[in-house]
Amino acid sequence: MHEDPLRVYGGLAGRRQFLRAGMTGLLVISLPRWAVARPSLEHAIRTFTGGADVLDGRIRLDLPPLVENGNAVGITVAAEAPMTADDYVRRIAVFNEKNPEANVAIFHLGPRTGRATVSTRIRLATSQVVVAVAEMSDGSFWSSRASAIVTLAACIEDLS
Amino acid sequence: MHALWPLAAVGAAAICGIVSAAGIEDGEERSGVDFMTPETQALQADDMSNPGMLWVLQGEQLWQQAEGRADVACAGCHDDASQTMRGVAARYSAFDAATERPIDLAGRINSCRAERQQAEPLAPESDALLALTAYVAHQSRGMPITPATDARLAPFRDNGRRLFQSRIGQLELSCASCHDDDWGKRLGGSVIPQAHPTGYPLFRLEWQTVGSLQRRLRNCMIGVRAEPLDLELHLTERARGLLVETPAVRP
Amino acid sequence: MARALVNVPKMARQGEVVEIKAMIAHPMETGYRIGPNGSNIPRDIIRRFACSYNGEEVFSADLFPAVSANPFIAFTLVATTSGTIDFTWTDDVGKIQTASAMITVN
Repeated sequence: MHEDPLRVYGGLAGRRQFLRAGMTGLLVISLPRWAVARPSLEHAIRTFTGGADVLDGRIRLDLPPLVENGNAVGITVAAEAPMTADDYVRRIAVFNEKNPEANVAIFHLGPRTGRATVSTRIRLATSQVVVAVAEMSDGSFWSSRASAIVTLAACIEDLS
Repeated sequence: MHALWPLAAVGAAAICGIVSAAGIEDGEERSGVDFMTPETQALQADDMSNPGMLWVLQGEQLWQQAEGRADVACAGCHDDASQTMRGVAARYSAFDAATERPIDLAGRINSCRAERQQAEPLAPESDALLALTAYVAHQSRGMPITPATDARLAPFRDNGRRLFQSRIGQLELSCASCHDDDWGKRLGGSVIPQAHPTGYPLFRLEWQTVGSLQRRLRNCMIGVRAEPLDLELHLTERARGLLVETPAVRP
Repeated sequence: MARALVNVPKMARQGEVVEIKAMIAHPMETGYRIGPNGSNIPRDIIRRFACSYNGEEVFSADLFPAVSANPFIAFTLVATTSGTIDFTWTDDVGKIQTASAMITVN
C-alpha cells in the first residue's frame, strides 16, 4: 500500500530530471521523506547491536504467515532467560524489511517483568521479513526472523 | 493498490457476473466474523484488545456528561444505559414521526441532542458520535437482530431491497450479485461475506478507526445516487436473528 | 479525555507473573501518507510507552510509525507488593497521557 507513491514519485522525478537536471535538488526536497533510501534491515540491526555478533536462537517471533490487512498485524516476541537479577533480557527490538522505516519497536525489560514475552500490533506495508533481536544482560544478541504475505481486501474505500 | 484495484474489479466481474439464484437459504445466515482470519476474529473476541472498545469507553463517559443549553446528560433522562438501552440497537433503524422517514441510531442520538439537550448536532463520523452510538449499540451485544415491524417502514425497506438488487455502475453489479449469490467464494485474497450489518459502528482495519454502516455503504455505492438508510433497513431485515456484535472488527 | 484501556489483575500472589495489557486511542499517523489534497499528512505518533510499579519504572517501549493505530502492548510483571501500576504514553510533541490501576498482592 505504501509502495505505489514511491513508484509514482520515482517516475515523476526521473522524467523531470531528464527534462531539467537543474531542478533535481528541489525535487529531492519535495519527495516524501521516505522516498530517500531507508537503511537496510541488516544496517538497522547493526545500529541496535553496535556491531556485535547476533546468534540464532533464544528468541521466538510469532507472526501470522498470511495477513488479511497490513494495518494491524499481531506479533508476539518471547526470549528465553530466567529473568533473575544477574541473567535477564535487557531489550527486545523488532525490525522490518520493507516499510519506510526499519524500526518497529524496542522493548525495555528486566528482572521485574518476570518473563520476556511481549505482544503488540504492527503495520506491514507489503509482504516482507520481520526480525526480532534480544539483548541479554551478558551483552549477547540473539535473533529470530519470520515472513508474512500481506493481502488486501478486494473492496476498499481509498483507491489512491 | 493501483495495481490491485483493476485486478479486483476484473475478479469481481468474473465471479459475480454469472447470476445464480442461490441466495442465502434460511438458517444459512452467517456473520462476517465467520469469514475472517483467526487473527482478526481474536481481535474482536477479546475486549482488552478490540480497538472498538476504546470508542465504547469514550461513549460511556459521554453518556454521563451534561451537554447543551439544557445542561443535561444522556443519563439524566435514560439513566443506566445497560438497562434502558439494552435491545435498542437490535431493532433499529426506527421510523421517525417528525420527519416521516427512517432514522438510524446515530440520527436518533443527534435528534435527542437537538430536542432534549439543546446542543449542536455531532458531526457525522466524528469520534464523539461514533462513540455514543457504539456505546448504545454495545448494550445489545449478543442479542438477536429483530428489526422494527412498524408498517410505516415498509415502503423504505422495499426500496432498500430494490436498491440491493439493482445492477449499478460500470461493472453492472448489484449488492446481491456478490453478497446473496456468491458469498463464501473468493474475490482476490478475500472471502465474500454475506454483508450483514451485525457490529456497527465497527473497527475496520482498512480504516484504522471506527466507522458507521453509512460509511461502509458509501464505500459500496460510490458514484451512485442511493438512499442508504433504505438499504440499511433492508440489510437489518436480511440479518434478522443474527447477533449484535458491536463493536465488531472487520478487515 | 484520555481514552485508554488497561488490564491489570486485581489480585495476585506474591511472586506471581501477571499479564498486563495496555491500549490507547491514537492514530499513529506515520507522516508517510498523502492526504486528499495531495500533501503529506503530518507525522503524529506515540513515541514512548512506560509502565511503573509503585513509582519505579519496570517496563518501557520505544515506538515507531510501524506500530499500528491505537497502540496495543501486552507484557508481564512480577507481582511484588500491593500498590499502583501507572501507564504513560508520550507523543511526538511531549504530550503525556496516563492511566493507572491498583493491584492487591498477598
